[in-house]
Amino acid sequence: MSLTITLATMRRILAQLRHDHRTLGLLIGVPSLLMILLRYVFDRPGAFDRVGPMLLGLFPFVIMFIVTSVGTLRERTGGTLERLMTMPLGKLDLLLGYALAFGLVALAQVGVVLAISLTWLGLDLNGSVGSLVLVAVLDALLGMALGLFASAFARTEFQAVQFMPAFVLPQALLCGLIMPRGQMAGWLEAVSDVLPLSYAVDAMQEVSREPGFTGALARDVGIIAGCTLLALVLGAATLRRRTG
Amino acid sequence: MMSSSPAVSVRDLLVERGGRPVLHGVTFEAPRGSVVGLLGPSGCGKTTLMRCLVGVQTVKGGAVSVLGEPAGSPGLRRRVGYSTQSPAVYADLSVGENLRYFASVLGAPRGDADRVVEEVGLGRHRDQIAATLSGGQLSRANLAVALLGAPELLVLDEPTVGLDPVLRQELWELFRELAERGATLVVSSHVMDEAGRTDRLLLMREGRVLSDSTPASLRASTGADDLEEAFLQVISQRAGSPT
Repeated sequence: MSLTITLATMRRILAQLRHDHRTLGLLIGVPSLLMILLRYVFDRPGAFDRVGPMLLGLFPFVIMFIVTSVGTLRERTGGTLERLMTMPLGKLDLLLGYALAFGLVALAQVGVVLAISLTWLGLDLNGSVGSLVLVAVLDALLGMALGLFASAFARTEFQAVQFMPAFVLPQALLCGLIMPRGQMAGWLEAVSDVLPLSYAVDAMQEVSREPGFTGALARDVGIIAGCTLLALVLGAATLRRRTG
Repeated sequence: MMSSSPAVSVRDLLVERGGRPVLHGVTFEAPRGSVVGLLGPSGCGKTTLMRCLVGVQTVKGGAVSVLGEPAGSPGLRRRVGYSTQSPAVYADLSVGENLRYFASVLGAPRGDADRVVEEVGLGRHRDQIAATLSGGQLSRANLAVALLGAPELLVLDEPTVGLDPVLRQELWELFRELAERGATLVVSSHVMDEAGRTDRLLLMREGRVLSDSTPASLRASTGADDLEEAFLQVISQRAGSPT
């Protein structure tokens, strides 16, 4: 792997986004809009303080999943991936290039949503803003890594978009957002124990409740990071230099 | 490394795609500094053969050696340039941005992006987004990527498709110039009038090499002036022979 190629890949992906104003606007605007809606749907500060941070972890995850799965599918079907595979680019260069580029986008996305939430919407956070940003960016990277992996199983962009509900909605149902995980049937709780999004939401709940960087939070952060790495390794295995 | 060894050497190459044989034991060599033409109808295996040369095709049998190394070796990734038939560039980036990205992946010298954009005659379209280029311009942008880093072997799949005759002539002059500077070129085409511009000519049909010669000796052996006519003669000779 090479730092020059990784950084060049990151700059290339950011340049693609820079040319696409509408996508950039949607990436930043949609989570902000949803957060504002949520605030006025609840219209009670206590409930918003509880649910708001969980969604701050969910939005970057979902959006990065879609953007990455469609983006890498385009590289596969458009022939640019094959071209890169004939060049001295390591698979890790490509994956880390995507991770860095979308990590930066996630940082901007979370920054804007958080700024709006903490000022205008009056979100009250017990934990530190720093831990919240850390967890949100990790969630975004987890979504990106899973999207990269999922794109290997899609032949068309139609299929890639369908993977969002298939990969993401079951996790969203079971992650504790709708019903606390402890109150679900035993087998459902067991399933949710192995789904990475459960730990993302868990971490956000911890940040909204506890002022310090607790051991439970550290455990969640470790699990999210581990799942991201695992998905990246699986994603790398789906990038092949030789194909039939 | 001996400079007299061929740039490309393919022996008994066997490829299956989707359980169906696509190349049935192809054998040929490309001498260094030559322009080798791959001619044949659509679906005859030209693209598959080229994919084998750059090492992205899964191979069933046989040997492919490129610049003295097995095709697809990591050491070849800077020494072989490849352009696919359908343009493989980022449609949402400008021509210049595309070239600068691929140049930094290849570790090509600074200024290489500017050199190749002029070589393919796209200087005026440097800042244009690839998606807004015409088909011919897009295929030249695609070719420009293959020229980055001055590779020793260029594998070009239908580089002149959709271009007007003047541009086609200019590109073939560029290919000749590159060969004179020492590069080896394997160029596919289904346009017969381009065949006369090559040093060696491989006629392919249904996954087999029907003829491997020079344009002049092909004309002489078939007695046909026109290469299209010569190709037809070769096919009917093959059909007549009891093999």
